[in-house]
Amino acid sequence: MNPKSFFRHEACLALAAVVCLAATMTCRAATSDRADQKTRALQIKGSDTMVNLGQAWAEAYAKLHPGLNMSVTGGGSGTGIAALINGTCDIAESSRGLEAKELQQAQEKGFVIHEDIVALDGIVVVVHPSNPIRRLTMEELRELFLGDIGRWRMLGGPDWPVVLLSREVNSGTHIFFKEHVLRRGKSKGPEEFSPRALMMPSSYAIAEETANNENAVGYYGLGYISPRQKVVPVAKDAASPAVLPNIETVRANSYPISRPLYLFSRGEPAGPVKDFLDYVHSPAGQQIVRDTDFVPVK
Amino acid sequence: MRSLRRAKEFAIEKLILLSGLASILFVALIFVFLLREGVSILKSTGLLSFLGGRFWYPISSPPRLGVLPLILGSLLVTAGAVVIAVPLGIGAAFYIAEVAPKRLRSALKSCIEILAAIPSVVLGFVGITVLVPFLKHFLHLPTGLTAFAGSLMLAFMALPTIITISEDAINAVPREYKEGALALGATHWQTLRRVIIHGAWPGIIAAAMLGIGRVFGETMAVMMVTGNAAVIPHSLFEPVRTLTATIAAEMGEAAKGSPHYSALFAVGVVLFLISFAINLTADLLLNRGRKR
Repeated sequence: MNPKSFFRHEACLALAAVVCLAATMTCRAATSDRADQKTRALQIKGSDTMVNLGQAWAEAYAKLHPGLNMSVTGGGSGTGIAALINGTCDIAESSRGLEAKELQQAQEKGFVIHEDIVALDGIVVVVHPSNPIRRLTMEELRELFLGDIGRWRMLGGPDWPVVLLSREVNSGTHIFFKEHVLRRGKSKGPEEFSPRALMMPSSYAIAEETANNENAVGYYGLGYISPRQKVVPVAKDAASPAVLPNIETVRANSYPISRPLYLFSRGEPAGPVKDFLDYVHSPAGQQIVRDTDFVPVK
Repeated sequence: MRSLRRAKEFAIEKLILLSGLASILFVALIFVFLLREGVSILKSTGLLSFLGGRFWYPISSPPRLGVLPLILGSLLVTAGAVVIAVPLGIGAAFYIAEVAPKRLRSALKSCIEILAAIPSVVLGFVGITVLVPFLKHFLHLPTGLTAFAGSLMLAFMALPTIITISEDAINAVPREYKEGALALGATHWQTLRRVIIHGAWPGIIAAAMLGIGRVFGETMAVMMVTGNAAVIPHSLFEPVRTLTATIAAEMGEAAKGSPHYSALFAVGVVLFLISFAINLTADLLLNRGRKR
């Protein structure tokens, strides 16, 4: 290629690039104009436990309000609350209450976080179907996950090693289980999960491992119950009856490991956020709670 | 015309210089940023208790931020993957470049390209559903979620890199060397062992090092199959937690400005330094290989 034609090529390329750039700019401008005319999008983010629930609500709600853009993403309760405080989402789904630090951060930004309990969840304890364990008390569970019980024999089971499965620290389920079971409800207690506990990135990973490993014991939300794992009934103490987790027992508060699920929003809800929250509390919204294996509040 | 050409030459030269400088600048900036965010961990947790601490409880109060188990976990998984992938990869590269018949060669090459295109999350998924239960039953372990599972997954991911680059290095050995050796009566195997390996050595080392770098920085697949328990590992067949998985799993939750947040950046610095050390070793080895 001689230099002259090479240079011409370059000029052509540069011209083409400029044309492309100009074209994209005008396109951009046009789309942003269109977006302003449309209703705003509703961004929901947070708890992995609640992602399916949030998506089911969003789908049903979008059918009633065509033209409204909704997106529901997971990432963990803390992630959602942080996004709400930073203004990158409109509603945070959370499986735990607000921490003092979060309230303070919101205050610094100049608003109060509005909290709304929209459903209940029970945390179930699961083992492999071949594990003969019939019941666990809260105290046994605590010792198990603190790492004090290394073999199933100590709980009257077979002589298998115990493999503990926990969620990662970004999970509301992890925090709830730690405070409720390991620390007996004292959120600032000294107890920690055993360092030997496997930190699983998702409830799916816990379900998969308990279905395949007879040594494993794990915990997750009521929504993940399947015939491939065995759900262990839990008793408040040695004298109480062991209760199987299901909608009735969680609602009646007889199952010892249950928790409220929240939707958080910035300040007093208004506009599309308020409409959505009203829908969630409506009979249709609470039916969706039932359909996704959580427990309705109404 | 000539002056125009000269001006163009000048402009192009300077552009290339700028691109080179830019990459150095970016790396330096990344390092500075990581340090700036991570250095405050030294105020709350001393350097010794950070690097030598055996417990990782980042969200407790007060948090315990010892990264020793994480560093050892990363190194163990990487070492396991290297032991599996490097010999296999180099062997495969020699087979494809020197031994395999033409038809098989192109088939193998396209297979390797497909292998390289599998996203790590898909591999991790396959790992959880197939590899982990298999390892558990086959080796009679308490759980299949171990460093070894991670090493196998990562070896799988590093293979395409190692094979492709080694093969290029082998093909780049001048034909005359090979022909000369054969003309002097060496067998094919002797030629491979004595001549071609020597010529391709620097490229093969570079391939292995790139493979190791790929393995060391991999996150998703490792997070899914290693079990992520932050304990100091005693063998390949125990759960481990890697540096990368820790950052990926916890960054979303860490409150900005908290000790946990800066500890994660400090973990990033540790990762950066270890990667840097790996690359530096590669360079030194390469220079030694060239001098010989």
